Amino acid sequence: MKHRTFFWFILPTLSAMILFIALPIVSVFIQSLFVEHEQVLVVSESCGPFGCNQTTSIDAEATAALREEKPLGRFNGLSTYFDRSHLASAEVAEIWSESTGLASFVNGLMDLKFYRALIFTLTYTFTVTPAVLILGLAIAVGVNNLPRAFRGVAIFISLLPFLVATVVGSMILSWMLDGEGIIGATLQNIFNDPSLTIKSSTPLMWIALIVYGIWHTLPFSFITFYAGLQTVSKDTLEAAQIDGANKWQSMIHVVVPHLMPLVSFVTLMLLMDNFRVFEPIVSFNAEAHAQSLSIFIWSDLREAGNPLYASAGATSILTIIGVAILLTPVLIRTWRDFNAKSH
Amino acid sequence: MATQAQNRLTPFKIVSYALVITWLIIAAFPFLWTFWGSFKVQGDFFSKADWTNALYGVFTTRETGGPFTGNGYFGAWVQESFWRNVLNTMVIVFFTVIISLTFGTLGGYALARSGFRYAFWILMAALIFRAMPHITLVSGYMLPFFEWNIWGLKGTAIIVLVAINQPFTLWMLHSFFKNIPKDMDESAMVDGCTRFQAFRHVIVPVMWPGVITTGLFSFLLAYNDYAVTSMLLSKPNETMVPAVASFLGSVQVQGNIMFAVAAVVSATAPLFVLILFFQRQIVSGLTAGAVKG
Repeated sequence: MKHRTFFWFILPTLSAMILFIALPIVSVFIQSLFVEHEQVLVVSESCGPFGCNQTTSIDAEATAALREEKPLGRFNGLSTYFDRSHLASAEVAEIWSESTGLASFVNGLMDLKFYRALIFTLTYTFTVTPAVLILGLAIAVGVNNLPRAFRGVAIFISLLPFLVATVVGSMILSWMLDGEGIIGATLQNIFNDPSLTIKSSTPLMWIALIVYGIWHTLPFSFITFYAGLQTVSKDTLEAAQIDGANKWQSMIHVVVPHLMPLVSFVTLMLLMDNFRVFEPIVSFNAEAHAQSLSIFIWSDLREAGNPLYASAGATSILTIIGVAILLTPVLIRTWRDFNAKSH
Repeated sequence: MATQAQNRLTPFKIVSYALVITWLIIAAFPFLWTFWGSFKVQGDFFSKADWTNALYGVFTTRETGGPFTGNGYFGAWVQESFWRNVLNTMVIVFFTVIISLTFGTLGGYALARSGFRYAFWILMAALIFRAMPHITLVSGYMLPFFEWNIWGLKGTAIIVLVAINQPFTLWMLHSFFKNIPKDMDESAMVDGCTRFQAFRHVIVPVMWPGVITTGLFSFLLAYNDYAVTSMLLSKPNETMVPAVASFLGSVQVQGNIMFAVAAVVSATAPLFVLILFFQRQIVSGLTAGAVKG
């Protein structure tokens, strides 16, 4: 295709992506370098019969004018990145010098907002992803063994948790897990402990969120693997059987290697999606117990009346760096494949 | 041909059947439970004392006279004007899907037919953009949109959703166009068509299966979105999903949580119908990028 024609074909989509994905990233970065204006203070002196009093008051008009004039705020450089609610370099150094071991160091980090969010995000990502991969494969094999008539029904039912809006799906689950909902109340009865609710316990809330994550994304890996199973060569399977392999052995040595490219694709997708875990925390009302990086940004932006753009911007850039680190291995591999093909 | 040996019930099969059945129950039960419960009163939906109350509707009968009640739906749709959110969703989703498909088809076609290196780079950039958490992009929109006075409008949300949708749409349509043989449009061009004419008369008639599948996913993305719609839409323009979420906060105070339950069921019903009719396309779309590598 000629360069000129290519340009006209790609123009709409490329301009949409540049304007609303690339530029916002730049805009986020710029925002993170500035910080909100301080309020303009006026000192007035009022003198009475008993001497003079100095009163400091906020000049609301001047503050509003200043905000109007420079909506970005004042320049702050990279300080936002290292302040207490982000990388907190000073606090981390202090915790490091005071801590007696890894456990106490991590405990100290949990008191810092950013690290708490980071630790939850990573825990969520790296528990949900492997669990979904393994369970998805197991269910795909199971469905593949079903009589043909039942497979469609099984897939139909499985698609529901995946396609339902995350907010809605997690809301449904949170009602059931509630202390008065069916699962929550049943658990209380089993353990005979009426104070057992996910609302009151951080570990339970984390488990609930992770269970939700697995429930929600399992269908994706299951269906991808199921489609992959349809392309496993019958001849190879039969040959393995003739050579004396039992079901389990042919599973490990024939089916799994065949699905390997799919596994890396599914892993990539799951990592990307789990790293931005956001909606379940809103629906579960879990902000007190679990904060993810996305929630951190979201709550900064919702700061009533006066969104904290600088703080949200800094967290966004740090999140993007996190995504980049997660994606690097995949991008390097794609780059190698591409070069291998073109030479 | 299934042989005797393959039909035998081995322990392997029993375990895998048990696993599938467990999963299906876990997958379906929350939806059935919530659907059933949405026709009850709160005392039954959250029946701490005896969970069978929720099945028979003991409190519902006591409070409303019958075992089923539509109060939740009435409260949500009429009292809290959920119908307005439904209309907003229809408008926003419709335009998002149409515009993203138009942009995506043109771009995907160009990427599939261009052998130059920059095509690869555009696809890579799209992959990276696909990984961006939406909330980080939203934090970049807020300030400029406030400054330009376009915050809160439906049009703004539509164009943002289109843009966020593009990386995915582009990848998917690119792989569909790759499967349409090059010879088709090239022979049309040998016959004297321009590139655009070849696209219009040769490719457009055969591309619909791919476009419909991609459209389904654009639909789902716009329909299910929360990050963009909750932050960029003003109250009267809100779509269903953020409305359901904000419902929860406001109605919980008044003890009308059943409004939220009814709204959740109303928002899920269209998806149920969608899966019913388009299951095959959704499955093929999910695996399109993957199976071919």
